[in-house]
Amino acid sequence: MNPAHAIAALLVFPGLLYALPMGLLMVGSERKLRARFQGRIGPPLTQPFYDLVKLAAKWPLPRTRGERDIMALFPLLSIGAMIGALALLPVFHDNSGFAGDLMLLVGLLEIPPICLVLAGYASRSIYGEIGANREAAIDILCNVPFFAALVAMAVAAGSLQTTNIAFATPWQVRVPALLAVLSCLPVKLRLNPFSIANAEQELLAGPLTESEGRLLALWELAHVLEWVALIGFAVTIAIPGRPGGRMLDVLLFAGASLVVVVLLTLFASGTARLKLRQATRLLWRCSTVLAAIALAAALLARGN
Amino acid sequence: MKEYGFFYRLVERAREHSAFLFHFNAGACNGCDIELVSCLTPRYDVEQYGIRLEASPRHADIFVVSGPITRATRRPLELVYNQLPDPKVVVAIGNCPATGNVFCGSPMIEGPLDHIIPVDIYVPGCPPRPFAIIEGIAAAIHKLAGRTLAGPGGNA
Repeated sequence: MNPAHAIAALLVFPGLLYALPMGLLMVGSERKLRARFQGRIGPPLTQPFYDLVKLAAKWPLPRTRGERDIMALFPLLSIGAMIGALALLPVFHDNSGFAGDLMLLVGLLEIPPICLVLAGYASRSIYGEIGANREAAIDILCNVPFFAALVAMAVAAGSLQTTNIAFATPWQVRVPALLAVLSCLPVKLRLNPFSIANAEQELLAGPLTESEGRLLALWELAHVLEWVALIGFAVTIAIPGRPGGRMLDVLLFAGASLVVVVLLTLFASGTARLKLRQATRLLWRCSTVLAAIALAAALLARGN
Repeated sequence: MKEYGFFYRLVERAREHSAFLFHFNAGACNGCDIELVSCLTPRYDVEQYGIRLEASPRHADIFVVSGPITRATRRPLELVYNQLPDPKVVVAIGNCPATGNVFCGSPMIEGPLDHIIPVDIYVPGCPPRPFAIIEGIAAAIHKLAGRTLAGPGGNA
């Protein structure tokens, strides 16, 4: 890995230049598809872009300097972490991005929820605090199966390098582990059956209740990048091989990401929001059991 | 006619295609509220114009008020109005915020709305039909984007 490759991974692909339009397209198609599934026409695909521009052009509310700085710090931190996580994704066969391992990638993916929790508490709004509380609970909850599934894949592959994990995990570990990871995606993206932390109307807007204009635009940006990074992560560890050519790798990665968006939207439009207690039960009964099966399979496969 | 730059036109276009609403019930009988919410259903589907009902006034561009302003809701109304970031537009839904309707002259009423906050668009009716509400919101969006209004409402 050389510095030129690292900068290209951060800024071009799969970094900012790819992730920003792709994320806007993902969020736009999610809204469009959800509307179509509900029998509505729905907003155009460019809707998230217009929202972003409009929010960025709103006048800021008067705040004290410290308050303003601390509220801007959290979304900027999550945007930075997401760009870093994107650069670490093992999209290509020859691993020309950063030589980071699973630990770093997962750590970076965990920063946006933590920032959201802190921002909710920093907003000093009662709705923000309840939202932050729920976000913290549901995030810890879904990290049990998420990490267990990743540990199972890492044990089975005998490596913490993301590329090795993607290529070397045997199928009896890969299938349950990927199902567990997939079932954690709607929780991490705060999509419908698990839209508990940002419950619209119920909690006003959850942790982001007090963010306006540019702050909200920064949060939207972080959320858009989170979509690309999380779905990209699930896709890269799911595909057991790469076709070889750079263009084919990119096309496979982008196409598989969009397929996951369609699946997530279908799941989100078919379900209603759960309570925290019901979500806990569902995650323990489905995701954690799948992750446990994956762990057992990994330990058995390693014993041979 | 002044020639505006690319970013100015981009922002104008974005404001035209993305309007977040915040709905405030200032003592309404729920008639107007039901008609407003029905605009989001598949039959009328205002989301195709980028209109979204937001839960937090901090996110909103358009402040939608229904109901005659009762004494209990006047102070919250002013508070919430001041929480909307600029540029913002106020839409009064129904006869109540415009005139006080059947409650006109009651000692419990602080309205009409334009005695308390500046109102940009009135949508008359008791309750107004969803198409009338959508027309009012569309006029509000035009005003947000800095366009002048056509028709008898004229040059708002």
